[in-house]
This record gives sequence, structure tokens and C-alpha cells, in this order.
Amino acid sequence: MALWAQGRPATAEEIKRRDLTVFADGRGLPVGKGTAARGQGIYKEKCAVCHNDRGEGREKQYPALVGGIGSLATDKPKKSVGSYWPYATTVWDYINRSMPFDHPRSLSVDEAYAVTAFVLHLNGIVTETQELNEKTLPQVQMPNRNGFVPDQRPDIKAKRNR
Amino acid sequence: MKKGSNRRSFLALGAATAASCTKPVETSESGAHMRVYGERSPQETSARVIRELTASPGTGSSRTPLHEIYGTITPSSLHYERHHSGVPAIDPAKHELLVHGLVEKPIVLTMADIKAFPAFSRTYFLECGGNSVGDQQGTPMPTVQGSHGLLSCTEWTGVKLSLVLKGLGVKPEAKWMIAEGADAGRMARSIPMEKVLDDALLVYGQNGEALRPEQGYPLRLLLPGWEGNTCVKWLHRLHFAVEPAMSAKETANYTELGKDGKAQIFTFVMEARSVITRPSGGMKLPAGGGLHEITGLAWTGKGKIARVEISTDGGATWADAEMQSPVLSLALVRFRFPWQWDGKEAVIQARCTDETGYLQPTHEELVAVRGRFSGYHYNAVRPWRVAVDGTVTVA
Repeated sequence: MALWAQGRPATAEEIKRRDLTVFADGRGLPVGKGTAARGQGIYKEKCAVCHNDRGEGREKQYPALVGGIGSLATDKPKKSVGSYWPYATTVWDYINRSMPFDHPRSLSVDEAYAVTAFVLHLNGIVTETQELNEKTLPQVQMPNRNGFVPDQRPDIKAKRNR
Repeated sequence: MKKGSNRRSFLALGAATAASCTKPVETSESGAHMRVYGERSPQETSARVIRELTASPGTGSSRTPLHEIYGTITPSSLHYERHHSGVPAIDPAKHELLVHGLVEKPIVLTMADIKAFPAFSRTYFLECGGNSVGDQQGTPMPTVQGSHGLLSCTEWTGVKLSLVLKGLGVKPEAKWMIAEGADAGRMARSIPMEKVLDDALLVYGQNGEALRPEQGYPLRLLLPGWEGNTCVKWLHRLHFAVEPAMSAKETANYTELGKDGKAQIFTFVMEARSVITRPSGGMKLPAGGGLHEITGLAWTGKGKIARVEISTDGGATWADAEMQSPVLSLALVRFRFPWQWDGKEAVIQARCTDETGYLQPTHEELVAVRGRFSGYHYNAVRPWRVAVDGTVTVA
């Protein structure tokens, strides 16, 4: 059958430039490195205004980055980057593509590694001097790494007659 | 009518009349001039309720006035919104959709390329996965707009994604498609290939005209029956891969924490749901009883609504409501039920059953299974209390 219009071939350069995807196994992470020690200054300058000095968050809208590890099964669960996010690569990806909120993608690759390290350090997940790079970042085990299950629905059997 | 100097005063009269059409139009008046893009009467003030979440504009939500919508179609100007990093202004002439990853032929499509494909139109509801989060947490908003307003239904026009992908050689090992938007935050979601090849659409039209910017202009991914967040707006990249990206929005958000501390991920489908929109919270009926039409909406991401039942005695007895035909798959259904109110306090509610036999649960049944912290995908029955003086509140 005849094919409809197919656009133009994508160039390798534009794919490289536009492909922001980072997978949980680290594919897609650019070469680069950072530590929490380096990230502290960047965080203070660019992140604390919304997320607060130690990642406590501000009001409801500027989410907490820290807190609640181990609380998810209690009657007061607290979701934060540290307590809920399953992959460290997701943290890097979100910081790289969407942050700072009002100026996304303004951090350099190394700055993104450094700020990721600082956020994970605030959560006690990496040390201040531990180097995060494209090889070590995917190896970081987040506390909630095994906290997700596939869609369980339909899970509620409503009763017709009460 | 003399031309020349009288024409200016005639035009001025027209403009003045258009500006002040609150006065009754007599049969001898011509009324206002026609407009190239129409507007409703200034007497009509139905509006979205906006909740901006950050100092930067356009991030947050706006809720459809469901209690004031007629029929099943949401006017484009009243369609709900949920934006995670504002609404970008995109020049469609420059907008490009990059298709890459596990494909033989990575390509770039312009809007002209996409519109050259044979078009497809269908009416579908769209609902935010986070609709009614307040209800789930035990703090329901007092009006149906507040509690259910992240829901709309429009006719979408675009092209079947499966058709666009023909000839690109998507590789058999590609099990996921990562869809990314051109919003400031470059929001991305991972979509299973089964849905991509089933009924996924690239849409550029809504209710007969181009998408509005707040609905994803010029291009949006539309996944019928799936949570709104997966229907990526301002779509500019499709990346075919073996695994999902595990992006922030599909892990940190749009996942449901259960009682055992585990969270459900990739919960795409919106389950069957119904709600009475009139009378509903915040309204007041004339006291003393009377004949009223109970009306509302029902929908399911699993296809067609099979049945809507109404109770006006707190759930003791139920009777079928009339569903406006045609009942469309994956679209809002309008139901109607005449109610002879005796003037006493009453609790009214609707529940629906969809074509799979699934019955909409009560709040108690939902919380018993999911706990109090699941947040998203809350679809329980919403009862309203009609007081003796006619005021309607959340029951």
C-alpha cells in the first residue's frame, strides 16, 4: 500500500541534541561528575529559594525533597525524593530537564550531577564527597527502589446491595 | 439609510449596542454587528475555577463548571487544565515532532506532514488522574466543579499514531514509547506499545478547530480512556525503547500509595465513574419540595457505560436513570432522572456500571481497599445532601 507523507530524516546531531531520555540503568546519562560538596553552593543559590535550605520544602507547592524514609506503610506517610522516588537517575533527569523551575535546563551537566548528589546527601543516601557520574549514579540504591507494583486494578468489588 | 456621515453614527450605534446588550432588544432594533469569531452573551458567565500553584504563571489547574455544562460536550474555552510548568506559546510553523530510538527510520514531522495523513475524529472524555484528590483524602471540595472539575469531553481530530508509524520500521524489541512535550519542564511519560498501536492519536483539532494552547497547541498525544497526564501536550518527541524512562511524573507522581506502603505504578486507565451535577453542592432548590430533574455525567475508560442508577433515599433503594443516546464508548454520558422531592432532607447519589460489569464503588469501599493515601484514580460515588431549606452540600 502507498505510504503517506513521511517527513524528513532526523539527523544524528538533532537526535543527540534533543534526546533528554535517561533510563534507570543509566543509558542516556551524559559524561560528567559532581559531589554533594560541590552541589551545596549551587543548591543554596538556585534551589533553596523554593525547596528551602535543607530541602524541607515551602508551603505545599514547593515540594519537600527530604524526609519520610520508612514512613510509607505507616498512618502518616511522607513522600519525598528520598522516601519515595525509586531511581537516582530520575532525580538527575528531573533536575536536568525541569529545574530550576523558572529556568529549566540552565544547569551544566556537571552542575546537575552535583545538585543531584546534594539532594541525595540531604536524604542521607550519598556522602558529601561521593562522586556521582554517568557510571556511579545508576548504582545508587534509593530506599524505595522496590516500593512499586504494577496496576492492581480492578481491585474494588463494589456491592450492589448494602 | 443614507451613506456618508450617517454611516459613522450607524457603526457607533452598533458598537454601543454590542457593548450594552443588557437592554432588551426590541423587534425594531437590528442589534450588534456580526463578529468574525463569536462570543457568548455577556449574560453568560460560566467559567473555570483556576488554582495557580506557583509564582510562575500557568502552573496548576483550572476546573470545568460541570454543573453548568449542557449535554456531553465541553466548550473548548471551558475544558479543564492541568499544567506542570505553564503553557508555552508555540509557532506551529516551527514545531517539529522528532520520532527516534528503536526505529529503522528516525524522522522529523512538521504540522503540515501530520495534517497530510488521513484524519480521524472521535469524541472522548479526558480526566486528570488526580481529579478528586481532596475527596480521597477525606476533605472533599464543596462543589462538583471543585471535586470533579478536572474532567471534560470534546471531539478530537488528528491521525492514528499507528498509521504514522507504518513504514518507519518500529523494531519488535520496542515495548515502550516515551512521549515528551515542549513545555518548559519537558514533561515526559512512557507509553506501552500496545496502546500506541491500538487507538493512540496525534491530535491537532478539538471541537472543530485547532487545539487551544492550554490543550496542547499545536499537537497533543491522545490516549482514549487514559489519565490526562499521559496525553502529553505540546508533543515534540517520541522515543521508542525497550524499557520505560521512569520519569518523575510516572514515579514520584501519578502513582498510588497503598495501605501496605507499596505504590501502584503505570495505572493508566480511568475507571468507571458518575456524579450528579444538578442539584449539587453549593446550589439551593426552592424549599418545600417539587419536581426536579436530577442530571449528571457518567464515563469509563473501559468503553461504554452500561447503566446509571439513582438513589434519593441515602442508598436504600435505586432506580435506573435515562441515559441520553447515543451512548458513546470512552465519552461522557448524560443521564437524567425526574425526582419528586417531598421537601424533607434527602441524600441523592448516582452510581454507574460499565460494559465490563464493574460497579462504581462507594467511598468506604474504596478506602477499605486503597487506604487513605492513594490520592489519584479516586472514582467513588458522590452523595449530596439536600436540606429542608433546599441547600445542597456534600453528604
